[in-house]
Amino acid sequence: MCGIAGLFLKDAKLEPDLGCMLAGMLSPLNDRGPDSAGFAVYGAETPGHVKFTLRLPSTFDLEQLLKGLRDELGGPVGHRLHGTHVVLSIPAESAALARRALTAFEEVAIVGAGRRMEIFKEVGRPDDVSRKFGLETMSGTHAIGHTRMATESAVTTNGAHPFTTGDDQCLVHNGSLSNHCAVRRELIKKGLSFQTENDTEVAAGFITAKLKDGGSLRQAMEACLDSLDGFYTFVIGTEAGFGVLRDPIACKPAVVAETDRLVAFGTEYRALVDLPGIASAKVWEPAPATVYRWELH
Amino acid sequence: MLTVDLARSSVRELNTALHRLGPDSNETHWRVLNPRGQHSIAVGLEQPVLVEVEGHVGYYCAGMNKLATVVVEGNAGQGVAENMMSGKVWVKGDASQAAGATGHGGLLVIDGNASARCGISMKGIDIVVKGSVGHLSAFMAQAGNLVVLQDAGEALGDSIYEAHLYVRGKVHSLGADCIEKPLEDEHKLELRRLLDAAGLNGAVDVGEFRRYGSARKLYHFHVENVGQY
Repeated sequence: MCGIAGLFLKDAKLEPDLGCMLAGMLSPLNDRGPDSAGFAVYGAETPGHVKFTLRLPSTFDLEQLLKGLRDELGGPVGHRLHGTHVVLSIPAESAALARRALTAFEEVAIVGAGRRMEIFKEVGRPDDVSRKFGLETMSGTHAIGHTRMATESAVTTNGAHPFTTGDDQCLVHNGSLSNHCAVRRELIKKGLSFQTENDTEVAAGFITAKLKDGGSLRQAMEACLDSLDGFYTFVIGTEAGFGVLRDPIACKPAVVAETDRLVAFGTEYRALVDLPGIASAKVWEPAPATVYRWELH
Repeated sequence: MLTVDLARSSVRELNTALHRLGPDSNETHWRVLNPRGQHSIAVGLEQPVLVEVEGHVGYYCAGMNKLATVVVEGNAGQGVAENMMSGKVWVKGDASQAAGATGHGGLLVIDGNASARCGISMKGIDIVVKGSVGHLSAFMAQAGNLVVLQDAGEALGDSIYEAHLYVRGKVHSLGADCIEKPLEDEHKLELRRLLDAAGLNGAVDVGEFRRYGSARKLYHFHVENVGQY
């Protein structure tokens, strides 16, 4: 099972409603993935700054972390709290330093990083997860979300999607990979590290490795067709938009709706029914083994 | 005409009302509003009633249909008219995968395209797709007819038994044990009947189709293979 919702706005007037629309899309997908949920939102950037989304333990002294970072970086550190997650705003030139400083806080996980991407994910009913993070109040140009019904690995926050594949990049997956252990071993030999036994984390790592080798995202997605065995519909978020890839057998459902104001992806059409203009939208299924990309011009 | 608004009633309430109809019921024309992609709309109907659904439906719409006519004025999700026994299901938009799966009888007409596995394991249903069908359509198809006015995807008719396949456009590839066969007069008559039933009276030249079926090498046991078991 699992459910995916992706939303890409062509009309900037819709941007304040992005989170509200995504929450509405995820809601009918609760019953496809009731055990955990997550989403990546591509919001406004602060020029010259990068964002780190961190997951904090339930009892945690955030002030101590912020003070430690301020001391390390020698300047102010912006922050915004969303439930168990906090989004830090760090001067771009200090990003590597901040990442090193954050490793001192072992109980803190870096969920995502980038100029615009923020990632939030937790165990629980997707509607509850959306509410706890305040998804409805978030704005931006595009977003992808996922509701998980675990098959290949345990129900944990780290096993929830999206998985980050690099700065401003993330991946969500409906399906299961059957050769993820073999691919993981190869990627570990190349120097990648993994936090979970999860198959989707391997797909994310695979794409990261292909990009590090100098390939384009399209090439990395095409390489998935040769190297990943199993069922998958992937939606991959990038700073400029999102891409879709279905395996050649295409068992896992996928529906796209496009209007002159937006492009929306849903595992089922039910996820799309409340979007503006849906009655006159072009609705279709992405073809198997075909890379699709929608990006800002 | 009775109208059921699925923004106010549940799918279960709709289906229960349809299942309660007896053979002599006067309530023979139903209109269903606001389907919003919900699953299992108008499944298991057993009386000759007309049900029109205004919009897109989710999975398994009109599954197990017997005698009824179900019209979807939009797209249909997976498994539309799956295991249909008789009657007619007409999708005015596109259909997702496994349209008409395992159907025993009746007619399924899809005005748009059908995606993968259309007519998988069909057992006597007639399916007319006015657009194209996706990969692995008519997989293990046992009986009935699949007519495609445009193209067919990869591995058409893989492991086919005795269903008849007619495609007017390009076939991307044929599956195991599926071969092209001559289009004889009897097949042209069969095609004419199917196209007429789908409302294409005379609009399409039956001579433009090519016929595909089983080479019958896969499903008969060959005694020369006995040593392999």
